[in-house]
Amino acid sequence: MSEVTPPEEGNKKGISRRGLMIGGAAGAAGIAAVYFMGRGGGGGSSATDCITTDLSDTEAKLNVSNWPEYIDEDDGDYLSTLTEFQQTSGIEVAYTPDVNDNVEFFAKVRNQLGACQPTGRDLFVLTDWMAARMIDADWIQQLDKANVPNLDKNLISSLQGPGWDPNRDYSAPWQSGFTGIAYNKSLVGEVGSVSELLTRSDLKGKVTMLTEMRDTMGLLLLAEGADPSNFTDDQWGNALDKLAKARTDGQIRAFTGNEYINDLAAGNIAACVAWSGDVAAAEDENLVFLPPEEGLMIWSDNMLVPVQGTHKANAEKWIDYYYDPAVAAKLAAYVWYVCPVEGAREEMEKIDPSLVDNPLIFPTADYLAQTHGFMALDEAKASQYEKDFADVTG
Amino acid sequence: MASLQRVFGKNAAYLLIGPAAIWLALFFLFPMLSLLTTSLSDPAGNPITGYDLTWRIQNYLEALGDYWPYLLRSLLYAGIATVLCLVLGYVLAYAIAFKAGRWKTVMLVLVIAPFFTSFLVRTLSWKLILADNGWLVETLKALWILPEDGRLLATPIAVVAGLTYNFLPFMILPLYTSLEKIDPKLNEAAADLYASPFQRFAKVIWPLSLPGVVGGTLLTFIPATGDYINAELLGSPNTQMVGNKIQALFTTASDYPHASALSVILMVMIVAMVLYYVRKAGTEDLL
Repeated sequence: MSEVTPPEEGNKKGISRRGLMIGGAAGAAGIAAVYFMGRGGGGGSSATDCITTDLSDTEAKLNVSNWPEYIDEDDGDYLSTLTEFQQTSGIEVAYTPDVNDNVEFFAKVRNQLGACQPTGRDLFVLTDWMAARMIDADWIQQLDKANVPNLDKNLISSLQGPGWDPNRDYSAPWQSGFTGIAYNKSLVGEVGSVSELLTRSDLKGKVTMLTEMRDTMGLLLLAEGADPSNFTDDQWGNALDKLAKARTDGQIRAFTGNEYINDLAAGNIAACVAWSGDVAAAEDENLVFLPPEEGLMIWSDNMLVPVQGTHKANAEKWIDYYYDPAVAAKLAAYVWYVCPVEGAREEMEKIDPSLVDNPLIFPTADYLAQTHGFMALDEAKASQYEKDFADVTG
Repeated sequence: MASLQRVFGKNAAYLLIGPAAIWLALFFLFPMLSLLTTSLSDPAGNPITGYDLTWRIQNYLEALGDYWPYLLRSLLYAGIATVLCLVLGYVLAYAIAFKAGRWKTVMLVLVIAPFFTSFLVRTLSWKLILADNGWLVETLKALWILPEDGRLLATPIAVVAGLTYNFLPFMILPLYTSLEKIDPKLNEAAADLYASPFQRFAKVIWPLSLPGVVGGTLLTFIPATGDYINAELLGSPNTQMVGNKIQALFTTASDYPHASALSVILMVMIVAMVLYYVRKAGTEDLL
């Protein structure tokens, strides 16, 4: 370091500093120009050009993304449905519980799907409205009916033919479920309504709600006396104000995905908006799930094969396998969500007769009468509501 | 220079700058340009179809108008955490540099040891420590430090504690390097000249450790301001920092333009503050 040459001195032989900077800037501008030209063309990919060749014949693999706590697990002598599928089909399944929130998952995969690039997943599970959005964007492959006879035969009637996929050409329900209230009875007395969640003083700072806008706002709308499947902007605004007030007052501790169940068991929260099966999966006798006085929200989560999923036939084998009533009953006995498979109830007699009349798994018509779906929203309305909701939750 | 030119030829400078320049262009310049253009785009678009660049400068005003409390809160929490880190870190770094003796290496390894586990896991374990029914809260309640219905988790205290914990090593290491370089004889000389322990610290040790103080505070304050993990895991909706807002705008609300504008505002603000701070501290040669 003793002989530091002043930069100007090197100019005559080498490159001047100014030259270097101009060169660099020009290079950067060039690259940037190419980049922005490339940008204009993006996003317009359609499913037909984008579907990949199915490698299922040569690769016995399947990559599945699902929600946490949504499948049975090996336990001593008990073999999970997943393990049995791998054994009988010879397909190696990489099962990842990495869907914790529809919008978040969408944010994770939209760039790849939009640019027609693989996401590394052959099958993922998303809630109705998000499934509709993805099918609408041409990002989902059509299922080959010949490969999924069980789906055709055994899908329960209430889940057949939704407006966004009338023939179930693109989607197969994984499980259905309810959004209601859960509370920890070792900490507080019964929490029977959404209004209590929002206002009861012994729950202050001990309540969580879901980051899923339709689950949380569905219940808030019910508490507002509105119908979540058909509400006005005013009603939406009032329900949102209620939520904002509870948040600012410190009544609501957090907005969460599946992780609320740990906090509920640990006593960090006393009551929350919850999904029906989670409480059973937690296997903690202090935790109770109940339908709020105002009513329940109902939804279903759907298996979808994305356009760049390279193991579609394997994914269809998986779907067909889970539509076998015996398999469906085994899964339902573990996850405690509404089973979408006809005939599973009869199979349940053999597994656990006490669950046959459990309304969370096999709801009766009476039970379903108190449930509500969330209104279908167009893209502009959906993003407006999501934004309103995000302004309150985060 | 001359010998390098013999090896690489006339274009030595280009060749030497090349790899780093390409790297920065790909992973810094591009994302920055993309962020800037998005921040000036029309928020009426959506992530599937893209956003039209309409040079909509209002995005910045709207982001600032709607989300300034988050910016303030970030600066406040990060500021408190930085001061706490400085106090805690200085004492420890001083002890390691001057008093640790043969334990010096062990203590330094212990400072770095948390990096062997993920940031996320360490923050999550704080949830256990601060849990409402955990031993810490129970003890504090028994000692009447916390009220009967008090809690630590989901309060600003938890967020600041998490930030302080997570960024403490970034404070200790630069402080240690600065302190370690100080010749102990200077301290002894000051003592010989009848300087009190306080005077010795104020006139000898502190001024000589300033580069470490500036480096440490920057390494703590800058990432702490943009952090969202601590507020997300340890805080409540009322303790959200600007990082949480940016994350929510990007992922939940799909409002890329405002999210980008808020990111740019945060960056500009931090750069301005850092420049001012470094000027004030008189250590420009550090940068």
